[in-house]
Amino acid sequence: MDVAALTLLALALPFVAALVAPLLTRVLGHNAAWVLALFPAAIVLHFTRFWPEIEKGEVVTGGYAWIPSFNVSFSWLIDGLSLTFVLLIAGIGTLIVLYSGGYLKGHPQQGRFFSFILMFMGSMLGIVVSDSFLMLFVFWELTSITSFLLIGFDHSREAARRAALQALVVTGGGGLFLLAGLLIIWNVSGVTQLSLLSAFGPEMRESPFYLAALLLVLGGAFTKSAQFPFHFWLPNAMEAPTPVSAYLHSATMVKAGVYLLMRLNPVFGGTPEWQILLPLFGGATLVIGAVLACRQTDLKLMLAYTTMASLGLLVMLTGLGVPHAIEAATVYLVAHSLFKGALFMVAGIIDHETGTRDVTRLGGLRSAMPLTFVIALTAAFSMGGLVPFFGFIAKEEIYYALSGFDRRTMVFAALTIFGNALMFAVAFAVALRPFIGPHVDTPKAAHEAPVLLWLGPALLAAKGLSAALLSGLTHELVSTPMASAISGAPRAVTMSVVPHIGLPLAMSVATAVIGVVFYLKLDRLRAFIATVLADIGWGPDRGFDQFIRGLVRFSVALTRRLQSGRLEVYMTATFVLVAFVLLIVPLSYGEFPRAPYFAADVPLHELAIMAIAVIGLVAVMVAADRLTAIVSLGIQGFAVAVIFLLYGAPDLAFTQFMIETLSVVVLALVMTRLRLSPSDHRPLAQKIPDLAIALACGLGFGLMLLKVTGVPFDATLTDFFNLYSKTIAHGANVVNVIIVDFRGTDTLGEIAVVMVTGLAILSLVRLRAGSLRRIADNDPDAEERA
Amino acid sequence: MTSVIFRAVAPFLTSLMVLFSIFVLLRGHNEPGGGFIGGLIAVSALAIYGIACGVETVRRAIYIHPMAISGAGLFAATIAGLISIAARVPFMTGLWIYPSVLGVEIPLSTVTLFDCGVYLVVVGAISSIALSLEERGGE
Repeated sequence: MDVAALTLLALALPFVAALVAPLLTRVLGHNAAWVLALFPAAIVLHFTRFWPEIEKGEVVTGGYAWIPSFNVSFSWLIDGLSLTFVLLIAGIGTLIVLYSGGYLKGHPQQGRFFSFILMFMGSMLGIVVSDSFLMLFVFWELTSITSFLLIGFDHSREAARRAALQALVVTGGGGLFLLAGLLIIWNVSGVTQLSLLSAFGPEMRESPFYLAALLLVLGGAFTKSAQFPFHFWLPNAMEAPTPVSAYLHSATMVKAGVYLLMRLNPVFGGTPEWQILLPLFGGATLVIGAVLACRQTDLKLMLAYTTMASLGLLVMLTGLGVPHAIEAATVYLVAHSLFKGALFMVAGIIDHETGTRDVTRLGGLRSAMPLTFVIALTAAFSMGGLVPFFGFIAKEEIYYALSGFDRRTMVFAALTIFGNALMFAVAFAVALRPFIGPHVDTPKAAHEAPVLLWLGPALLAAKGLSAALLSGLTHELVSTPMASAISGAPRAVTMSVVPHIGLPLAMSVATAVIGVVFYLKLDRLRAFIATVLADIGWGPDRGFDQFIRGLVRFSVALTRRLQSGRLEVYMTATFVLVAFVLLIVPLSYGEFPRAPYFAADVPLHELAIMAIAVIGLVAVMVAADRLTAIVSLGIQGFAVAVIFLLYGAPDLAFTQFMIETLSVVVLALVMTRLRLSPSDHRPLAQKIPDLAIALACGLGFGLMLLKVTGVPFDATLTDFFNLYSKTIAHGANVVNVIIVDFRGTDTLGEIAVVMVTGLAILSLVRLRAGSLRRIADNDPDAEERA
Repeated sequence: MTSVIFRAVAPFLTSLMVLFSIFVLLRGHNEPGGGFIGGLIAVSALAIYGIACGVETVRRAIYIHPMAISGAGLFAATIAGLISIAARVPFMTGLWIYPSVLGVEIPLSTVTLFDCGVYLVVVGAISSIALSLEERGGE
């Protein structure tokens, strides 16, 4: 097979694995993880074959035409940026699958869990390799949906359901912003592929729609990457099982927004708007996330808020626009995925083995869980940015970029030192505090984790060390190609673990010193932050609830106003609108028909039939009871059918006959269910406006018909069908051939409508007035009363 | 309905009408007729039978729930469209075969199948509405 086919296969592989996962788990139990982990491992292997090209700074594109008529393709773009992401997603994914095998061992729905997480992996891979906009959007929303399934995995708990729904609303809604943004980009540039877009950077930046497109794209990226003030869904998403938190909410999905910004940097970047908005939101997210992390006592929540802070740091660096900022973002992104994934899994192990993840109720675990302790410390050293771990290189690179002396850079440098120091404190609060000190009794007697659990974090932590020690290789294969892809020009990353005396090192030391101080005073810091937050009282999380409640209340009020439930109102509204369109529109354009032309030689039988139709109508109006009115309406219908027949449309006439018959039958049947009150009981005050509306509608239709028949008849279609009906479709009845052959797809749609309408009417008929219940869930007032 | 004559005639009338409806359906390709008209005729037949002999009788006579008939019709119509995939032509392309049965060549096509689907959808949907209305009216 060629490379393109293999790549397509690799992209489809997670979904295949998701399909077989439940079955495999039923057979093998939790050991299915060993087999399922082979799938992402195979993806890693496949994508490493692109390294030679990527290393040379080349871009690999490929794909298949999907809908050629709309210029939509299923195509991928593999450069330094996407390759790094692919390897992170599939590589960490392999370890996460193993970890889930141990973490959810014996869970009745473990197969389903594997299935969800593999589907997520496939969607995430799709995002980072997508070349076409549509594909990017589809996979973007797919990650939102799979994330919804994973957060709500423990669906019997209300908190999990709420968190899942919240994440879906925020990230899925952000996806719609992204779609709108992509549409604007498409309109401005005329291309639908990211690989072609890079040539349109100047056009894009100078376009009057630049700001609109930027804001929409940021709306997508900021919601996905949990930037303040859209961050609240991320901590709530910790309701998910820990493998999900480690994978989606630290290493991969939340980085999709950062990925998007990095991907669009060559096209969108460099403008004042970009350099204001990104650092502003990123910096705010960094500080707020780091401060809120110190407030928490739950290990996962502490990590979740530091993730938010790290994402803020990444967004800030992407938009900063100072030399080396992109390189710093690149290295930090990789380092963060490694250490945060490992730390989350450690938090999961502690939770799994002790039964709690409240940091104040843990202590002295070092003797019971020595291996976990080592893994945790290794990851924390990287997170704290200490020698000789990859986090150190990242931090040096960041401070190198921020060591300018203009006011703007200094402000952001101060923010970063503050945020990093807080994260340093949290890292050791998570990785050190539960293990040292006197032994504390936990709900479960602690003991070392099984191999499935520790293997993933151990490999990630080891990777954090080896990537730093072999920094030359890491930079050559990962950092340099990725930084070049993001900046759109060749860049080289050279930072190594050997400390160089200089301003960056001084900033690193300052961070560590402040971090140690924060760590030692963490309890007092936590209490202080808690007091401040309690004083503020309101947060975006509560704001989300208020927003949703307001939305529901608004729609209820609107629906009550628009949907009165009275048939007269609907009928009046419909016909007033019809009359308005038919009369006012021609009036405003002066398009009324000329005086009608009356043929002098109308045969007597035609006149008679028309007279019958008119008599039928008069009979309807003077009918004493409703049944008579219905039957009289049938008279008019039959008369029209005869006219069709006379003018050579037997099929139409035939159908009209049947329809008239059946409508009389059905209406009569309906009438037997209603009170056949002898006559119309409307007061005169209502009859007059009704009459006016009816007259206006009739006049409008009449005028429109006159106008239409005034236009010379275009016989193109008639000729076409007459000519080809017999020769192509083997049928002499043109009408029928059109229905079932030439326009068969239309008919298919129509009969589907007939059937659905039938179902709807059937259920309406069956509804008894007494069995109508209010749907309590959709009524906000009911909730408040309760 | 209490008229004895009507009740006596109704089954024959209904059978004839259903037969006629199938005739109209099948001849539709070349003469006036087709699935939609045929379906409407069949519905009228069932409605007459229902008015004469009661809804329960009709339901027993057609054996299958009308909505299921409708669903089967939609399914058949969709299949008729999808067959073209096997022949690697666009969706809904009409395909014809001419098998010879007892020396008579019978033209069969996906179009015919499609028309039968239309017939069944119309029969099922409208008769289920009519029947349920009659049912409730009788209570």
